[in-house]
Amino acid sequence: MNAQTAITEGHADTPKGNYLTNGSTLASWLLTKDHKRIAIMYLISVSVFFMMGGLYAATIRLELLTPASDLVETATYNKVFTQHGILMIFFFLIPSIPAILGNFLLPLMIGAKDLALPRINLISLYIYWLGGGLTLFALMQGGVDTGWTFYTPYSTTFSNSFVMFVGLGIFINGFSSILTGLNFIVTIHTMRAPGMTWFRMPLFVWAHYATSLVMILGTPVVAITVLLLAIERATHVGIFDPSIGGDPILFQHMFWFYSHPAVYIMILPGMGVISELISNFSRKKVFGYEFIAFSSIAIAVFGFLVWGHHMFVSGQSIYAGMVFSFLTMVVAVPSAIKMFNWTATLYKGSISFDTPMLYALGFMGLFLIGGLTGLFLGAIGLTVHLTDTYFVVAHFHYVMVGGQVIAYLGGIHYWWPKMTGRMYSEFWGKISAMLVFVGFNLTFFPQFILGYQGMPRRYAAYPEELQVLNIFSTAGASVLGIGLIMPAIYLTHSLIFGKKAGDNPWMHPGLEWRTSSPPPTENFDVMPVVTWEAYEFGEESGLDLEGAKRRDAASIA
Amino acid sequence: MQNTTWIPLFPDQASTFAWQVDALYFYLIAVSVAFTIPIVLAIVFFALKYRETEKYATPEEMHGSMLLETVWSIIPFIISMTIFIGGALVYFNQYTPPEDAMEVYVVGKQWMWKAQHQTGQREINELHVPVGRKVKLTMTTEDVLHDFSIPAFRTKADVVPGRYTYMWFEATKPGKYHLYCAEYCGLNHSGMVGWIYVMEQRDFDNWLSGSVSGQTPVEMGKDLFTNKLGCASCHAGGPAQRGAKLEGIYNNDVKLVGGATVKADEQYIRNSILNPSSQVVEGFQPIMPTFKGQVTEEQLNALVAYIKSLSPNAAASTAAMPATPAANATTPAANKPAAKPAANANK
Repeated sequence: MNAQTAITEGHADTPKGNYLTNGSTLASWLLTKDHKRIAIMYLISVSVFFMMGGLYAATIRLELLTPASDLVETATYNKVFTQHGILMIFFFLIPSIPAILGNFLLPLMIGAKDLALPRINLISLYIYWLGGGLTLFALMQGGVDTGWTFYTPYSTTFSNSFVMFVGLGIFINGFSSILTGLNFIVTIHTMRAPGMTWFRMPLFVWAHYATSLVMILGTPVVAITVLLLAIERATHVGIFDPSIGGDPILFQHMFWFYSHPAVYIMILPGMGVISELISNFSRKKVFGYEFIAFSSIAIAVFGFLVWGHHMFVSGQSIYAGMVFSFLTMVVAVPSAIKMFNWTATLYKGSISFDTPMLYALGFMGLFLIGGLTGLFLGAIGLTVHLTDTYFVVAHFHYVMVGGQVIAYLGGIHYWWPKMTGRMYSEFWGKISAMLVFVGFNLTFFPQFILGYQGMPRRYAAYPEELQVLNIFSTAGASVLGIGLIMPAIYLTHSLIFGKKAGDNPWMHPGLEWRTSSPPPTENFDVMPVVTWEAYEFGEESGLDLEGAKRRDAASIA
Repeated sequence: MQNTTWIPLFPDQASTFAWQVDALYFYLIAVSVAFTIPIVLAIVFFALKYRETEKYATPEEMHGSMLLETVWSIIPFIISMTIFIGGALVYFNQYTPPEDAMEVYVVGKQWMWKAQHQTGQREINELHVPVGRKVKLTMTTEDVLHDFSIPAFRTKADVVPGRYTYMWFEATKPGKYHLYCAEYCGLNHSGMVGWIYVMEQRDFDNWLSGSVSGQTPVEMGKDLFTNKLGCASCHAGGPAQRGAKLEGIYNNDVKLVGGATVKADEQYIRNSILNPSSQVVEGFQPIMPTFKGQVTEEQLNALVAYIKSLSPNAAASTAAMPATPAANATTPAANKPAAKPAANANK
């Protein structure tokens, strides 16, 4: 069977070598330049950090089951929520979709053999390990209790924990993001296959382009900030500590100048995944493709202008507060545009409810709530009451977990057949998707109400009248936990026992589906030439739909 | 109090702007519902109506619609602007302390709140205020960031080392309300809590007279100024004095060496005590030593209060002091006789 028929019929009969079988020694993995193998190594490492962060989250929820600080010492609790934040944000959320799915799929989607800078890609993984290893070392030495925001002067002068090591870990890890972003931008500019014009690129690629811009422009600032913090801690030069002539608010400006755009590093890739999923499971081109593409860029640009909305009560002038509130309202619009376009994509589609689609629909519901509660927090008069309460905690978990994590899980399921060549269990997949959705809402919705009551963040103990809602939240967290553990089990199980997936199980026109599953090391046997628009699900893009139907009928019989 | 309901959904409304914040909250809930219901209904409806009938179907292609895109960009923009304007109005109100407020000094420290009234009473982790009176808090901290948060009043403000921050409120309902520290401050952050007691004016007066009253901030500041710190040796004594004249400067413009002009507000006075050489008044030498590390935050508050009392006309906020009942008004700053002749003599 030649390569061309493999493309059109969506499967290849003859087993051939793929990226997984191309070398099985440890060295063949550690020294690989293959973006797919690097993505798999990221997948394993990021999952380890996700599990650790999850254990910390479980500890938090168990502690908050009762009003008193009784399960762990208060000092331990402070370290637990700090480390939950640090691991989840810097070592899970930021690399999750870009470094795993982005790394694996971006070259495949645009018809490239690899990323433009394969060695840089491998180095970025090593840097991630180094930064992560240093951070884990610091956590084992005794941990850090400053909150993931490292606000000064607490972090520079008053905390006796391992701030320097963790700071160094985050500083080093930042270079991993920068290199990944740089690599993506260069690849998208220079490595597109013939015919793959900018407006034929999948929206997943557009989202990663926007994300990469933020990574390159934003990450150096957090590196500088952490470095200044280290300098002040080590040499007592007054930068942020007012008792030696510094300014604590300066730290907040610098920290949020990165960390707000970083929020978009954590959500834009998820939006890219959702565009793919909704389109595929409605078998329709995304409604308003250009608007979704440009809204990603708009979010990336405006995202740099709204950092001050984290500082409405921190003593900045009221006029600064108003400017940041205005810009925050503006940045809400592109997200709303995406939401409407996704909904419109469903209209007159042919909608199926496989596991990834359940995640995508869940994303739409949760991101809607996450986005709308963002407006509550952008309305300055209201946010004076809400800021630093559980309302904020609930809001960003709706965006980060309800958005990015749900999108990540949906994406992992959707591309699992491509990455491994095996199909996951649809039955268990659907059950876990529903458990995650229900558990998530039960965990975090009560926290909005707690927040309006005024329950402050980062409290190991809280007033007794707030206990009932906290019990709901902890109960929900246990359901969510089960829902998140299940995929780890059935996905691993599918590696050996899963049904062979075939090259194009979804019959999707994208280039990543026009090569074998798993793909060969060089991605494509022949250089693909793109003659169809993005998301053309009909025969005109060269898909053999009749053949796929025969294939399905044969496999049932 | 809110303990009566099984699941408390809503905190007490106990300040003049609590209803404004709640109105914003309900407006945003209404907006959210107005967006959520149609979108969720549309998703459910489409998902059912257009569910797959045939595998690998090729539905009719549809490109975007410029008209739709424009409509659903502009409508959210307009709505978000109404939210912005509503929020900005309430925020302006929350963070613009009125001139005629009763002033209380608050100092945060790991892990307690210390408050001092103009009449000298001190409190720890408690704050007693009268109902129906505007109260302005002038706040700072001895160590790290804290945040003075009173959910029932729907307001809070960070407390920042090295500077003053302000908040104000007018309580509307007597009662006992939670006070939290809302900015993470280390080990016992969740123990840095207390109560706000809102009392009828009469009860408040009784409380004031019943609790031990030490020196007022102004008296304490005067004592520091003339005796303990010896500021008076340079800053008092008429035309020959070596230090800048302090009478009448508060809230007025001061010319600095180098030609700049600065308004002598509380921040400036505080800064001039801690970093005297950074903003020297024109015509004077930078000879004043720094008092950083030698005065506590409370002593600084007292010094600032005393220097403010030397400018009886400008100190609008202390002018409200006569409103306290005469029996308790030990020495209202505005009536301080010693300050007036000095200020006039220098004009």
